[in-house]
Amino acid sequence: MNGIVHPGRGDRLWRGIVIGTPYAWLLLFFLAPFAIVLKISLADPIVAQPPFTHFFDWSADAGHRILATLDNYRFLLEDNLYIVSYLRSIQIALVSTALCLLLGFPMAYAIARTPQPWRNLLLLLVILPFWTSFLLRIYALMVMLGQHGLLNDLLLSLGLIDQPLAMLYTTGAVYLGIVYSYLPFMILPLYASLEKLDPDVHEAAADLGAKPLRVFYDITLPLAMPGIIAGSLLVFIPALGEYVIPALLGGLDTLMIGHTLYDEFFVNRDWPLACAVAVILLLILILPIVLFQRLQQETEL
Amino acid sequence: MKRPSTFLFSVLSFGFAFLYIPIFVLMAYSFNKSRLATVWGGFSTRWYSALLKNDQILDAALLSLEIALVSATVATILGTLAGLSLNRMGRFRGRALLTGMIAAPLVMPEVITGLSLLLLFVSLQAVTGWPASRGANTITIAHITFSMAYVAVIVQARLANMDQSLEEAAMDLGGRPFAVTRDITLPLIAPAMASGWLLAFTLSLDDLVIASFTAGAGASTLPMVIFSKVKLGVTPEINALTTLVIAAVSVGVVIAGWIMVRQQRAASQSQ
Repeated sequence: MNGIVHPGRGDRLWRGIVIGTPYAWLLLFFLAPFAIVLKISLADPIVAQPPFTHFFDWSADAGHRILATLDNYRFLLEDNLYIVSYLRSIQIALVSTALCLLLGFPMAYAIARTPQPWRNLLLLLVILPFWTSFLLRIYALMVMLGQHGLLNDLLLSLGLIDQPLAMLYTTGAVYLGIVYSYLPFMILPLYASLEKLDPDVHEAAADLGAKPLRVFYDITLPLAMPGIIAGSLLVFIPALGEYVIPALLGGLDTLMIGHTLYDEFFVNRDWPLACAVAVILLLILILPIVLFQRLQQETEL
Repeated sequence: MKRPSTFLFSVLSFGFAFLYIPIFVLMAYSFNKSRLATVWGGFSTRWYSALLKNDQILDAALLSLEIALVSATVATILGTLAGLSLNRMGRFRGRALLTGMIAAPLVMPEVITGLSLLLLFVSLQAVTGWPASRGANTITIAHITFSMAYVAVIVQARLANMDQSLEEAAMDLGGRPFAVTRDITLPLIAPAMASGWLLAFTLSLDDLVIASFTAGAGASTLPMVIFSKVKLGVTPEINALTTLVIAAVSVGVVIAGWIMVRQQRAASQSQ
């Protein structure tokens, strides 16, 4: 850091501990596991798919017998189930992100325009659900949407419907679940960029004769763009690999790839195929993840 | 500043209603005497006493708390070291890789993190004999790994925004790096470490997917038990549990907010 203190042995040891400990941990428990996933995704499914009784000592001899093969990937590309799962996941994640943006943008805008003591309270109300259990909140939605749930009862008693609607266990419920769970992730970055907006600029534009829509397109939207992109990626990335929401709220036709991977692993116990599913999911996610990290570094600078 | 328009006010009200009504409804049902979700059978606390007698849920809650306490503490230590590496250690070989390994867990789908860690444990066991069995130990390691990344990001942000002149002055006066970190840097980043610990604790308590992959046959965390019950439909005990969790979190947030406001006031008075 500076030239006055010459590093001694103790200093080098301290530096080694600070850098070495988290480094070693992440190499072993974060990077190495991916190498293993990649390796097993190339393994022969017959060798690696264990009979149920040998589930736990499967890998004792697999290390010697693994033959690299692309069969798993070929199978994924040939079987409709997986392609449909990937495409459905992308579609569901995209639509939910758009819905989040549609609801989150005016909310973030309204919060940014609220005078101060109230603004902090509203922000707290946005953050609070994040600290409560994600699983329990999804369960709360199940109670609302069920066959005999509150929403159906309400609609029935109002005479708007004659029979309970099938709302739970549908793709629509999955959209709702994703928006419900990830809305705070959309609002917070949007708020961060909208908060910096100077209302004087709006007034100046309006004074110069710009119509409200024009002000929105030419001033608000460009300035909010970093928040829009960050918020959308923060919703899209986790939504794409989501397991809990489709498992609890989705129907049989709501194929999402996180769910498919989980079943491939735990129900079918085809580990190599599950690994191949994971590798392709990662490949799909690389672009949005890199985009997100570039954006984060830009805002830090 | 102009008041929010009627449109913005309606959207805001709708949004908050959407976020909060399902939770409030669930909390109301937790006091419902009837087992049926929407039939009001009168006020009752029977589901709370049923919850307190449910050993499966209580054992799982205890296990989850243990895992969350240990993993949040270790994750805070490792995450703080990682934050220091990236912000106080200058250049070193492999810095870019460390940056990537800290950023990646934040956006990694849980199914992939869980799957890859399980396969690591299985392979390690085959080669070294460790871990002999999977359970609380492997879940804890998995939770440390993803939550240390969150701690590192929080600590790093604090270090990046911090005035370094105190540390530099201590160095100029001959302070050894370890002593400077211990006596000056750590007290200054303590609030960031505390929020990191809280976040790690919450993430660990809330995790279902990664725990399901890395748990052995014996260990069931609270989210795993809740998931298996909720999958079958409405469970009144879980309504009671939800109410207790929300109450605990709300009290915690109010206390944290109160402390923060007090600290801000103290800081502005001392200036």
